[in-house]
Amino acid sequence: MMEAALMIPCYIDVFYPQVGIATLELLERLGVDVVYPKEQTCCGQPMANSGCYQEAKATEEHCANVFGSFEYVVTPSGSCTHHIRNKFTAGADSPERQRLSKNTYDLIEFLHDVLKVREFPWATFEHKVALHTSCSAIRGLNMASMSERVHDAVFSKPKALLSGVPGIQFVDFDRVDECCGFGGTFSVTEEAVAAKMGYDKLAFMHKASPDCIVSSDMSCLMHLQGCARRQKQEIPFLHVAEILNGVSL
Amino acid sequence: MNPIDQAKNAEAFLADTTHEDRLDKLLWMMRMRRDAAARLVTEWEELRTLASEIKEHTLSNLAEYLEQFEANAKANGVIVHWATDAHEHNQIVYDILAENRIETLIKSKSMLTEECELRPFLERRNIRVTETDLGERIQQLDDQPPGHIVGPSIHKTTKDVATLFSQKYGSDPNNEDPAYLAGVMRDNTRPDILHATAGMTGANFVVAETGAIVVATNEGNADLSAHTPKLHICSAGIEKIIPTTESLAVFIRLLTRSATGDAITQYTSSFRGPRKGATMHVVLVDNGRSERLGMGRFWHSLKCIRCAACMNTCPVYRRSGGLSYGATYMGPIGIIVMPTFDVRKYSELPFASTLNGSCSNVCPVKIDIHEQIYGWREIMEAKGQIQVVKKAAMRVADKVLSSPELYQVSTTALSTTLDLLPHFAIYNRLNAWGKHRDVPEAALETFHQWYKNHRLKANEVLGL
Ligand code: SF4
Repeated sequence: MMEAALMIPCYIDVFYPQVGIATLELLERLGVDVVYPKEQTCCGQPMANSGCYQEAKATEEHCANVFGSFEYVVTPSGSCTHHIRNKFTAGADSPERQRLSKNTYDLIEFLHDVLKVREFPWATFEHKVALHTSCSAIRGLNMASMSERVHDAVFSKPKALLSGVPGIQFVDFDRVDECCGFGGTFSVTEEAVAAKMGYDKLAFMHKASPDCIVSSDMSCLMHLQGCARRQKQEIPFLHVAEILNGVSL
Repeated sequence: MNPIDQAKNAEAFLADTTHEDRLDKLLWMMRMRRDAAARLVTEWEELRTLASEIKEHTLSNLAEYLEQFEANAKANGVIVHWATDAHEHNQIVYDILAENRIETLIKSKSMLTEECELRPFLERRNIRVTETDLGERIQQLDDQPPGHIVGPSIHKTTKDVATLFSQKYGSDPNNEDPAYLAGVMRDNTRPDILHATAGMTGANFVVAETGAIVVATNEGNADLSAHTPKLHICSAGIEKIIPTTESLAVFIRLLTRSATGDAITQYTSSFRGPRKGATMHVVLVDNGRSERLGMGRFWHSLKCIRCAACMNTCPVYRRSGGLSYGATYMGPIGIIVMPTFDVRKYSELPFASTLNGSCSNVCPVKIDIHEQIYGWREIMEAKGQIQVVKKAAMRVADKVLSSPELYQVSTTALSTTLDLLPHFAIYNRLNAWGKHRDVPEAALETFHQWYKNHRLKANEVLGL
């Protein structure tokens, strides 16, 4: 049986535990032996992303210590994966750190590229979905084609996975891979611009009349949901893992 | 001097939705036109790679190419000057004008002369300067710096322009027809152009092999500025040099397609030497470029050909307006260039980005713009330029997030407050998150607690 450590980002731990649960259950359904190291906290991204490398050091080192011995580390977050794989330099260089950078997968990548699953027979989802993929996932992890690279083949790993859920439909909306405005600390240091970007993203989606808004990055959704609730839009927000695990609206 | 507060300026720009909405749509259309143009060039990505390599090669052999240019330009009859910094550049230009007893100067758009603040320098010395690019002239009349490096007044509506022209030229304030407004400008600047005794241009490319200066415009105003008077002065940054006419072709194919989606500008003019009876000067300007060339991580920004594609695609720029950056160069390229001029003044700019990476993907010379923005954040920390509140918040986050015990205490003690958004939000300016967005509610049970209650306990019961 394949063993994988589950990394739950701090904001999912606190605000969206259901996403952590869905990820855990989904991996277990697929026969993965999931280990949840309880000393885990955070990957250090919030500090490093703000330029505060000194403040990121201890957290990154702690993360490397907790997860550095696993062959697979899976997390339902493109931005944490991007940080750990490509930006994990605040802490001391160590074999644990190197192993963690190499062995961390976003849940979507893990399902799509490692386990290579395409079917989720336990799930059905008879709804229209507006799928948002984060910039970290697209341009940092190459999880979907980029609109600027006009000659590349069009693909999307999250969409490929969701397509394995019977009944699901996708709506097309304008500016599909424009940033939603979250951007980590940006969402508070530049709150006016961040919020406008969020409102605009919602407006583009709204025109396509989806039943729900779905992403594999909960941080984008936290921001978009905040914008939507302020505008009294009640539309549901779901993580891809929840749909793949068989959630119903 | 306090750092430029881009976020505050952007908020002010956003408060007026007409301008923001229009700018966003207009520039997004440019981005779409760029995509369409790139789609028609099968070898687009190869061209970008080639352009990047040519620039890297030239910048790595900058001294030789500059000397080659100088020799060829001199042989063509051009007088070549070298300026170490902005002041020296301005002084050289002024001396040339003073020597020729020139009182009126016409000029085409040049970001370098903006960078050097040439216009106020000359005006203080009683030289009347008339910008001949329509957008640049609008900005001059409004006493505002350019808001965009390709379309200086792109943030203005036709109504803004009609109002401005009515104040400055007495034209009809209610006539917003662009053709009418262009006519007003033409009627008012043509006399200046026809009577000017000196003309200035910038340079898009400086060709070492031939000693030519290449300028791309849509209005033909560089040609007017260079050809009408007897004296032509061209200012060029030393990074504008390229080796050959053949390499020029690569850049010409990329420049306008990236900028506006057109295949080429209306005019691509090559100035190789003075006309009969006229004089031509070229001022080669360093102004911090050599120093930047020595910056291991950041020298790539010198590859920039000023197409503005990174601004057009930037979701932050489109919603902030170019003036919010308080800088000669704005948007993504501005963020990575301006701190080289003044690290304190521009210390906040690297944070005016979501690091989404779209800019790097559209850049025709493949500058890794968003990686450099990230790198500049680190420099700002190293230089002690991170805001005190942010730093303090990050220290708390450091403590909590590096300790499993503290993390558990602070996450489980939570109810429905922002307390835990802490890692990135506690240093908010007056609870910034909540100004335009609802705050997420903390769950009654964290994932960690759920796991403990449902999995670990269950396992204990089962004796596992
Ligand atoms: S950085 Fe690249 S995209 Fe931006 S203006 Fe320069 S060349 Fe154009």
